[in-house]
This record gives sequence, C-alpha cells and structure tokens, in this order.
Amino acid sequence: MKINKFYVVMLLLALVAPFFLYPVFLAKLLCFALFACAFNLMLGYVGLLSFGHAAFLGTGGYITGWLMMNSGITPELAILLGTVVSGALGALYGKLSVKREGIYFAMVTLALSQLVFFIYLQAPFTGGEDGMQGVPRGHLLGLIDLSDNMNMYYFVLAIFLFGFWLIHRTIHSPFGQVLKAIRENEPRATSLGYNVNDYKWVAFTISAALAGLAGSTKTLVFQLASLTDVHWHMSGEVVLMTLVGGVGTIFGPVVGAGVIVTMQNYLSGGELGNYIHIIMGFIFVVCVLAFRSGIVGEFQKVWKRNFG
Amino acid sequence: MVTFLGINLFGLFGQLLVGLINGSFYALLSLGLAIIFGLLKIINFAQGAMYMLGAFAAWLALQYMGINYWAALIIVPLAVGLVGVLMERFLIRPIANEDHLYSLLLTFGFALMLQGIFTHMYGSSGLSYSIPEALRGGTKLPFMYLPDYRAWIICASVVVCGLTWWMIEKTKLGAYLRAGTENPQLMQAFGINVPLIVTLTFGFGVGLAGLAGVMAAPIYSVSPDMGSNLLIVVFAIVVIGGMGSIGGAILTGLGMGVIEGLTKYFYPEASNTVIFLVMVIVLLLKPAGLFGKEA
Repeated sequence: MKINKFYVVMLLLALVAPFFLYPVFLAKLLCFALFACAFNLMLGYVGLLSFGHAAFLGTGGYITGWLMMNSGITPELAILLGTVVSGALGALYGKLSVKREGIYFAMVTLALSQLVFFIYLQAPFTGGEDGMQGVPRGHLLGLIDLSDNMNMYYFVLAIFLFGFWLIHRTIHSPFGQVLKAIRENEPRATSLGYNVNDYKWVAFTISAALAGLAGSTKTLVFQLASLTDVHWHMSGEVVLMTLVGGVGTIFGPVVGAGVIVTMQNYLSGGELGNYIHIIMGFIFVVCVLAFRSGIVGEFQKVWKRNFG
Repeated sequence: MVTFLGINLFGLFGQLLVGLINGSFYALLSLGLAIIFGLLKIINFAQGAMYMLGAFAAWLALQYMGINYWAALIIVPLAVGLVGVLMERFLIRPIANEDHLYSLLLTFGFALMLQGIFTHMYGSSGLSYSIPEALRGGTKLPFMYLPDYRAWIICASVVVCGLTWWMIEKTKLGAYLRAGTENPQLMQAFGINVPLIVTLTFGFGVGLAGLAGVMAAPIYSVSPDMGSNLLIVVFAIVVIGGMGSIGGAILTGLGMGVIEGLTKYFYPEASNTVIFLVMVIVLLLKPAGLFGKEA
C-alpha cells in the first residue's frame, strides 16, 4: 500500500504543478520522462543498450508535425499515427538489431538511427536543416483548444500517464517476467523454450512506439520538429537521463529526465550555456564511475537498509 | 574528357580516390577499435574524439610550438596514446569487472567532454592546416590527376595497417596479445603482466586514431565534431566486418570507402547512407559479419 500512496501523492503534485511552474516547461519534462521510460524498458528490463532511440523520437515528431500542418486531422489522431509509424520503424529495426547482442546491439542501433538522420536531412518533407516550424496544436477531439498552455499540459499529462501505465503493466506481466529472465540469464531462458529474439523484438517495438509517442507529443508542445530530435546527441541524452535516475527502476527515468531537463533549461539561459556538453559528459563519467544505481536506485538502497 | 561506356572516367577515378582516402581512415579507426575490443571486450566510443584530438594536437603543435607535420606524425600519436593509457588506467580499469556497457558509456561521456572542451575553445567552424611542402605537388596519370598528399595518405595507411597486422599475427608481442584475447587468466599464470598489456594495447589502439587525426588535418578541416560523425560510420563498418580478425577490419574499412566513392559517382544522394544500407544487408544475410566468428 505504501507504493500506492506514493503514486497518489505524485499524481496530485502533477495535477497542481502548472499553477506554480511554467506549464510548457512541465510538458517538456513529461515528454522527456516518457521518452526515458520507453528507453529504460530496453536497457533496464531486457538489458539491451539502444543507442538509436532518437530515431523513434524524431520519427514520431516529424510524422505528427507533417500531419498537423498538411492534413487537417485532429491532434490525437496525428499523435496516434506518429506513434504507429515509430512503432513500425521500431519493429523493422528491432528485427535487425536483435540479431546482435551487447555492444554490437548498441552499434547497430546507433548506425541505423544515423541512417534515419541522413534520410530526414535529405527528404523534402522534413524541411531539412530548418525543420518544421509553426506546427499548429489544433483542437483536441475538435473541441478543446490546445493552444492554451494549461489545456496542453493536462493533455500531455494524460498521455504520459497512459505511457507510464503501459510500461508498468508490461513489466509486471508474464511477458515482462520473461524479459527479466532474459536479462538475468539468456541461455537459460532459451533452454526453457522461450524464443528469446522474439521477446526482445516485441519489447523493442513497444519501446520504439512509446518513444514515438513522446516525440509526437513533444512536437505539439513546442510546435516544432527538427533534426535535433534525430541526432545521436539525443540518443546519448536519453541514456544519461536513465543512468542518472536509475537504470531498471520504474521511477528512475522520470527523475533523471527531471534532473537533466531542468539542468539544461537552467544552463542554457546563463553564461554556463557553452559548457553544457562538457558538463553532461562529466556527469556521464561520474555516474558510471561512482553512481551506477542512479538517484532512485541509491535511494532504494538506503530505504531498504534503514526501513526495509 | 575520357569516357568509357558513357562513364566519365575522370569523375569516376576522382571519386574512387576520395573513397580510398576515406577508406584509409575507416581502416585505421576500425583497426584501433578491433585491437582494443580483442583484449578489453569494450568498444571505445571515444575513438572518434581521439582522432579529433590528434588533428587538433597537430594544429596546436604547429601553431604554438612550430612542430612541423613530420614531427607531429610521430609525437602526436604518442601523446594521444598516452591520453589513452591514462584513460584506461584511471577510468576504465576501476570498472573493468562491471558490465561492459558501463565502460562503453564511460568512453561516450569522455568523448562528449573532449568534444565539448574543443568546441568551447575553438568554436565549431573548423581550422585549416596546410599540406606539408614536400607533398604539395601531384602526378598527372593518363586518366586522372593524383595529388601527392592523397597518394601519401593511402600509402601510409596501408603500411601502418600492414605493419600492425604483421606485429599482431607474426611477432611474439602479438602472440601475447592473441593469447590474452583467448585466456587472460592462463597468461597471467605464466607470469605475464596482463594488466600492463591491456593498458598498452588500449594506448596503441587510441594512438592509431591519433595518427589518423594528424593525417586527416591537412585535407579535412580540423573541427571538434570531425570525429563523431566518422565514428558512427566506422561502427557500421565494424558491424559489417565483424571484429573476429584484424585483417578483416582493415579490408572492410578500405572496401567500404571504395563502395562509398562509387556511390558518390553513380548515385550521390545515397552516398551518406550506403554504408548503413550495406550493414542492413549484411545483418540480414550474415548476422555475424563478413569476417566475424560469433554473433
């Protein structure tokens, strides 16, 4: 019951937060939190490091952006389609990448996402270096005006909660248990009769679709889809968020996204803006050397030691 | 204009030359990665940053210390190799027993830092390094013009790769290295200082990237992100070739450079992506890679 109370408190905080903080910033935070949670499904629960998740974030963003600008459909449909296309790309890439393991998996996903980057750089519909600017937010279900930041925030919160719930559900399902078994001991899972590659593939597809959902939503929030979202830097950022928050913990990526996005927002305004990549690299190194469990992981350890 | 079957031979050979040059760099970088992977079982994400460091070091040495290209060709790889040695000793070794993904992330973070530092100090526009005087000329061949510096790059990289291959496959030092790849515990039992060999190997692999950086300085502009984009292509090449053999890494690197050059001539739109597409095909047909032994 302790955990349930915790969830209720978090939800209440999320509901009242926009009255105290800038709603667009909070919406951005939620988008990255969802992105990091989706990524963590692969790294934390299957043990595979994808270095190409920016491809799915960016694909969702571009598809949704293009639909909002050119088709006149409502935002929820545009987001749904962006998610579906990202998921399809994930299914395709997943088939290829699960053929290799460990470090090779990271290299394959990175190379595949670079392929997507170059395609978007050259394709006419993305706007190349300029990206898509001035994407309209539209009316949710044709009724609610999303250009109002408060409405937008609660819509993003609903999407985030749905994504978070789906990941939570996946992890705690029999399917999720098999994923954990694969992470802990792959040969054993194979010998128990599980088709390991199929499980990895399905997990990768879910993860990619949710990353696409995050990207689609992000495009609506910022009214912008650009190459930044498909660049390998973005793939690195999501790794960092998950690492800082705690790999393989359900709340870790949310906390990590909060820390990194807040830090970037804070730094980019001040004179330290030029140091942002140096600082991020430094955090990477420090986390790996001394802080591998992340904020939530360390907190859980302390909690267990003293109250468990 | 010389044409054959409707193909402009000048253009074709020109692109082939560019392809061979890119291939030389691919080969040097993937060779370094393969050597490091063999012993440490990690992929050095900072290999691209080390290549960038090599190019910057050559530029700085000329600018502030008057060290010319030929001296830089020796000093810079040693200096970059030393950075690698320190990095292995103080950053990678402490987490050697953890999951290898952590050391990969560590090298990635290190690369971000290096790239960030150079972007901060020198901007991202790029600096130029002039070609050494002895190599400014060129040779006119019947079907193309061959600048000396480009010929030098191809020769030097083939010689360096060949020497490295010979050293690893044919000498006693190489035998230690290969034995360390097979069974480090047993080698330690024979009284060989394995941690020292690991450190030196890492330094050597990184030094190769530094050497590539010095060679690249006169033809590409010296900029902080020159390494990262190259490295991702090299990763695809490593996946294509598999890291089972040193010779395989060299051949795949050169071969992919040539394929890229040909694509630039016949279908330029795909020249950025062709190597990634080849990787997809290889993954479909032979997932372990062309020279790979395991999946």
